[in-house]
Amino acid sequence: MFGNLTLEAFQHDFVQTMAVMGGVVNGVLLIALITYLKKWKWLWNEWITTVDHKKIGIMYIVVVLIMFLKGFADAMLMRIQQATAAGATHPFLGSEHFQEIFSAHGATMIFFVAMGFMFGIMNLIIPLQIGARDVAFPFLNAVSFWLFTAGGMLILISLAVGHFSVSGWLSYPPLSGVEYSPNEGVDYWAWSIQISGIGSTFSGINFLVTILKMRCPGMTLMKMPIFVWSSLCAMVLVIFAFPILTATVGMLMLDRYLGMHFFTAGGGGNPMLYFNLIWAWGHPEVYILILPAFGIFSEVVPTFSEKRLFGYASMVWAMIVIAVLSFLVWLHHFFTMGASPNVNAFFGIMTMLVAIPTGVKIFNWLFTKYRGKVHFTSPMLWFFSFVLNFSVAGMTGILLAAPPVDFQVHNSLFLVAHFHGMVIGGVLFGFFAGFTYWFPKYTGFFIDERLNRMAFFCWFAGLLLAFMPLYMLGFMGATRRLDHYDPSTGWQPLFIIAALGGVIIFFGALIQFLGLFWSIYKRKENRDTTGGNPWNGRTLEWATHSPPPIYNFAFIPTVNQLDPLWADNPPKEEKREYQDIHLPEDTPVAFYIGTLCMILGFAFTWQIHWLGILCFAGILGLIIAHLSEKEKHMTITAEEVRKIEESYTKRQQTA
Amino acid sequence: MKESTKPIYNKLVISGIILIIILLMQPLEVYIFLKDIVILFPKGFIGLEQRNLLILIQALMLLFIVPIYILTFVFSWWYRADNDKSEYDPHLVDHKIAEFVWWGLPFVMTVLVCIITYFKTHELDPYKPIVSDKKTMEIEAVALQWRWLFIYPEEQIATINYIQFPKDTPIRFKITADAPMNAFWIPRLGGMIYAMPGMTTQLNLIADETGEFRGSSANISGTGFADMTFVAKASTQEEYDEWVASVKQSDQSLDIPVYREIAKPSEDTSVQLYQLKEDDLFHEIVMKFMKPESKI
Amino acid sequence: MTDSLIVHHTPEPHPDTGRPDPHQDYFSMRFIGFWVYLMTDCILFTTLFITYAVLHTNTFGGPSGKDLFELKLAFGETMALLFSSVTCGLAVLAAVHQRLRASLVWLGVTITLGLSFLTMELWEFHHFYSMGHSWRESAFLSSFFTLVGTHGLHITFGLTWAGVMVGQLLYHGLTVDTFRRLVLFSLFWHFLDLIWIFIFTFVYLMGVI
Repeated sequence: MFGNLTLEAFQHDFVQTMAVMGGVVNGVLLIALITYLKKWKWLWNEWITTVDHKKIGIMYIVVVLIMFLKGFADAMLMRIQQATAAGATHPFLGSEHFQEIFSAHGATMIFFVAMGFMFGIMNLIIPLQIGARDVAFPFLNAVSFWLFTAGGMLILISLAVGHFSVSGWLSYPPLSGVEYSPNEGVDYWAWSIQISGIGSTFSGINFLVTILKMRCPGMTLMKMPIFVWSSLCAMVLVIFAFPILTATVGMLMLDRYLGMHFFTAGGGGNPMLYFNLIWAWGHPEVYILILPAFGIFSEVVPTFSEKRLFGYASMVWAMIVIAVLSFLVWLHHFFTMGASPNVNAFFGIMTMLVAIPTGVKIFNWLFTKYRGKVHFTSPMLWFFSFVLNFSVAGMTGILLAAPPVDFQVHNSLFLVAHFHGMVIGGVLFGFFAGFTYWFPKYTGFFIDERLNRMAFFCWFAGLLLAFMPLYMLGFMGATRRLDHYDPSTGWQPLFIIAALGGVIIFFGALIQFLGLFWSIYKRKENRDTTGGNPWNGRTLEWATHSPPPIYNFAFIPTVNQLDPLWADNPPKEEKREYQDIHLPEDTPVAFYIGTLCMILGFAFTWQIHWLGILCFAGILGLIIAHLSEKEKHMTITAEEVRKIEESYTKRQQTA
Repeated sequence: MKESTKPIYNKLVISGIILIIILLMQPLEVYIFLKDIVILFPKGFIGLEQRNLLILIQALMLLFIVPIYILTFVFSWWYRADNDKSEYDPHLVDHKIAEFVWWGLPFVMTVLVCIITYFKTHELDPYKPIVSDKKTMEIEAVALQWRWLFIYPEEQIATINYIQFPKDTPIRFKITADAPMNAFWIPRLGGMIYAMPGMTTQLNLIADETGEFRGSSANISGTGFADMTFVAKASTQEEYDEWVASVKQSDQSLDIPVYREIAKPSEDTSVQLYQLKEDDLFHEIVMKFMKPESKI
Repeated sequence: MTDSLIVHHTPEPHPDTGRPDPHQDYFSMRFIGFWVYLMTDCILFTTLFITYAVLHTNTFGGPSGKDLFELKLAFGETMALLFSSVTCGLAVLAAVHQRLRASLVWLGVTITLGLSFLTMELWEFHHFYSMGHSWRESAFLSSFFTLVGTHGLHITFGLTWAGVMVGQLLYHGLTVDTFRRLVLFSLFWHFLDLIWIFIFTFVYLMGVI
């Protein structure tokens, strides 16, 4: 009746049991708190059923913070293991547990922290920056969020029930095939990735149509804020790349569930095909992550240099070139597979070409500061650290792009240091900068600046200390994913230094976390008193109130140039009467679909077929029912709009 | 705009100090761990060529990175908001010559690196035989769960987790797996190549000095992956001949039934020596995955 | 005529085209969104085609396409699907001209032809299975069943959609919403027909040569 699910699935080693207990206790406390504050109805009406892009964006970031806790805990466990496991007879963690941890760490960080943060910030900012009231398909937006959360929940559930995959964050076959990994681990991974991947594809469609069709009058493509351009490029990549992931993971699932032979070692299967397909998705994926981060820096640097972005057109073309090139480089992830030198050389050369537009962008940012007035508020600090870390990591990327060099450092800790430098130094710092920059827009008060600066220094120092030793370890022949090693290799001292770096990062993350709560506590002192534009920003999101009203803008703005708020000749504002505003209505169907998807994934992971089929029927029924309804709207009358606008003005005057 | 309360130079100085500490750590690490940094101090010709390419590309890239670092610090310092001496030009948003320089120079540099890469990739193709006056030796390597089986087809011996060969002799490794995907790597001698079930890859290496070198698998293949290390010993020709003779006296023989036993998942990584009693064993292992009925 | 079913709220010209701004225009946004979704589906099928191209010679000692495929059946399926595309187009045309009954009739013919396609395809799968050649046998068969089967699954979803459309048209008649959904269905159906042309050519025709 319960498929492969038995009581044994709930038994774990000591460390994992402690982690599960911690999670359960936190969950229970949260439920108790909400019950005590009598907020269930509010939670349901205001958040769970919402289709408002602003609330969805905030929910993305909340889920991201939870997933980040798990992913970071995984990272600390790995560092402790590797610092102590030199020839240890009783290592801290067993091999299988360690392999579960690094697989979960990679999947969590890429799919649920980096992608989630990206979609969260895009949800929050893009409609505001293009002068729109919402995204093109608000219901689809909600569905994307709940699918994302469903995938994340599956990974969290795998901590408590059964085991996660032990074959890495990309589950290479034949190791991930049913012959070598018969248990539920790879299935957890596959369902989690499929469900959230479909959510990502929907978001890609949504934002593409939003950016192309919903810009306010006067905003041509070359007058869009550059963050919107970066998101447009990223969404094109999503649309082209994610279906490849869906098909490839789907075929792996067919191999595992139906005994097919796509990627098996025998039966005519071809594991190399999986490598090619998964990296044809995987490489555009990392550019999907970095382009919006570049976009965020392109917003932050001009604002804090009191100067427009240098070379706007050049920056746009650089991003388009990066996006196109990202599809032509995938083989560099497996130079060591034994392709002919012509093939290897081609992909190596294409990879190196990406350095050119990336370097152009860095120079453009630096020269935005040239002859500007630079303020070192914390978003700018994150940029400062980004340039330093990302350049070094990018340089090691060029080293990895030369096949003969790659033959020596492939799959070693050198590679691990490279991509962590790119993802933490580039993607994560970009999102931290964006979070800090746009925080006053969404809450009406600032994040405590001093705490943010302390956190920044911890991250900067910690990142360098945690990963620079890894480059040297790679040169010492240390392969990635080792749960123990012989002390005669001489690696242990460097692992200990890397663990110290991890501890410093931990303090940085802790300060950020506590700083968030401290800022909320001190919100009255830190209030934004400028009426919505504390940084003297240039783009449209700063033209509305902080926090924005549900309809974003009382009147859709008209623009006639780039950086509309710094315009010398803005379009003439005519006196207009408030109009009725129509917005899409909230609905619980998106939440139901997400929940059913999560249960479906769990059911098929454990081969509880009847439950999975039931959920599938439910999802199908919900989709048909919802799409057969007449389009429902809620109306905010002109009178209500006037009242809301006046309350903002009043609040501004009393501040 | 909300202003930071501490002067900027505090931040720049602290960042600079952190960077200098990290920078100084690198040569210090090289000095302390010298004998263990196998990739920077290889003992084989292939590894040496790969290291030289690494250093060349690194040096060329530093021509970019150093100016970027200098500009980052200098611009941050000189153009800080409370510096009245610096010029403030809010209309400077475009400069055709500057753009030309930083599209153009990186393009030229990258093309240079690309050309070097193209030629070096062909030179250092793992399948390319090494030119030498000594005859090339062949060793067949099979990745199992979780140890390495080595077959010497000419000498008719086989070993587990140990190979020995004479120095200055080119060795052609033919590699496959009877396990999930692995990678064969002796970092002191040169780069790695994947070991895949049902497929054969080749790696050509040569040792320039005698010594015992660490070899390992470099791709996760299951629970016992971390134990998949082996010893690769380069000795003199006489020592090698002695060793081969002694293995031929081994009381263990490797044929198909024995192979089936050792191919089962096992955490026993002890060195084993065999007389080879099955010609074409390597071929049979590869063919195991190629058709439904196979010998193994 | 079409304009009456597609409501425009377009006060200002769009900055790029100078033409009416589809801001708040559900029809054209849904249309474009669905089109982009079809492109993602196209890439999914491309991945399956690539997989088939790489794996179709890996028969692992079992039968190849030449041994299994019956061109007559494949041709029959092609004709069924092609004609169903025509009748689907006729259904939309009738809806544009506000002729509800004609639209329902053509939609019904489309569904019938689609069902006959599915029947032939399921018969072919069953035939292979009963000869002992399932998808477990070789990579070729795995990739064949998956590529053709995924298309068949899409056809099944399409027929479900068409069935729901029949219900909606009977219950609500031709409204702004039902007309839009009918047009999107026809986009989906034509897309599936296009994919089938590729399957027929690259899998069946080239498999038998």
